[in-house]
Amino acid sequence: MRLLTHNVLRSPMKGVVEGYPLRIEATDVQMVESEVKEEFVKHMATTLDWGALCKAAAEVGMPEGSLPPALTPELLEDSSFLEALHRVLMDMHVVEGTLVCPETGRRFPIAEGVPNLMCTEDEVR
Amino acid sequence: MSRPELQTPPELFYNDKMSKKYNSNSRMVGIQAEISDRCIELLNIPPGQSYFILDVGCGSGLSGEALEEAGHVWLGVDISRDMLDVANERETDFGDLCQHDMGTGLPFRPATFDGCISVSALQWLCYAQTSEQVAKTRLLRFFSSLYATLKRGSRAALQFYPDSTEQAVLISSCAARAGFTGGLVIDYPNSTKAKKYYLCLSFEHGYKTPAAKRAEPEGGAAAAKFDGGSRERRGHRGKPKKGKVAKTRNWVLAKKDQQRRQGRDVRDDNKFTGRKRKDKF
Repeated sequence: MRLLTHNVLRSPMKGVVEGYPLRIEATDVQMVESEVKEEFVKHMATTLDWGALCKAAAEVGMPEGSLPPALTPELLEDSSFLEALHRVLMDMHVVEGTLVCPETGRRFPIAEGVPNLMCTEDEVR
Repeated sequence: MSRPELQTPPELFYNDKMSKKYNSNSRMVGIQAEISDRCIELLNIPPGQSYFILDVGCGSGLSGEALEEAGHVWLGVDISRDMLDVANERETDFGDLCQHDMGTGLPFRPATFDGCISVSALQWLCYAQTSEQVAKTRLLRFFSSLYATLKRGSRAALQFYPDSTEQAVLISSCAARAGFTGGLVIDYPNSTKAKKYYLCLSFEHGYKTPAAKRAEPEGGAAAAKFDGGSRERRGHRGKPKKGKVAKTRNWVLAKKDQQRRQGRDVRDDNKFTGRKRKDKF
């Protein structure tokens, strides 16, 4: 699971008000370098929940200060920043671990890089 | 073959064996790729843009491959773990996967995706697989969560195989209740095999569904032709009926015309068309 995916995920449980960000409890994190798509990163940056991304980066064990505390329009023009953001969004993979719903505490396992967000009809009705 | 929807729930139907089959059967791969490309075309994304697309019912990731070729980043959702395992084996730079049942509502933040495609998945929602599930509730839940998770101004193109007209109407009415505008686009309506239903959804009030694809009467548009009909139609079995139609030249021409309308690959007409062979052959 990439951090980009984590950033858009929301808890599917019923009764949650916001339901994100889901807490990451990672046991295996891998970094796989991939081709940088500057345009996409620039396009996505405005959609991201920045606070959640910073929190997630800390949870997967990235050093503090790898992301600026806030996103500014000037940063979006800086190609070295876009590359750094790409590394965080697209290259950090949570391979094994758990996602925890912040409101209900329901745990969703991540196995072989695929999070399992299946829940029963009772949990969503 | 009867419809798989009537046999088992999707997470059991798409098991290890079926998932491998999906990935290796060249006919299935071809059809899936063709449908995915058409879905992407229906999203009407400005050229050169790289968007974040949701793929509902991504299966073995064939549709994701088409999205990647079109330059997009995608997130695939599927209910079957075995299918996702096959998808996971592909080396992908721009895709990610998530296991979830779309009938319980998509688990995404509001206004995140720039579009949504789905290949042959939606009809599964029309069947209740356990006593707890209610088909219409699940459809409504899916469409309302899709409405929330798409960005304003984006589109969705969802291909599905309805069992009956009622099913197609049920699906589109649920989409309309969730707030979407749009409708069904039926490609190759004259052919039973190549006929494909696409539900095109949008946020714009004045949205008109794109034109459906039809088989071209002339041979020029070879790309639009359906390639799946290579099997020859078998001759009549048993005794020929009384008063059988004589296969005259006109009959042959009419038949060829009909098959052209169905999008099949048909030879051009010439002076030999419908002519009898010499006896001494």
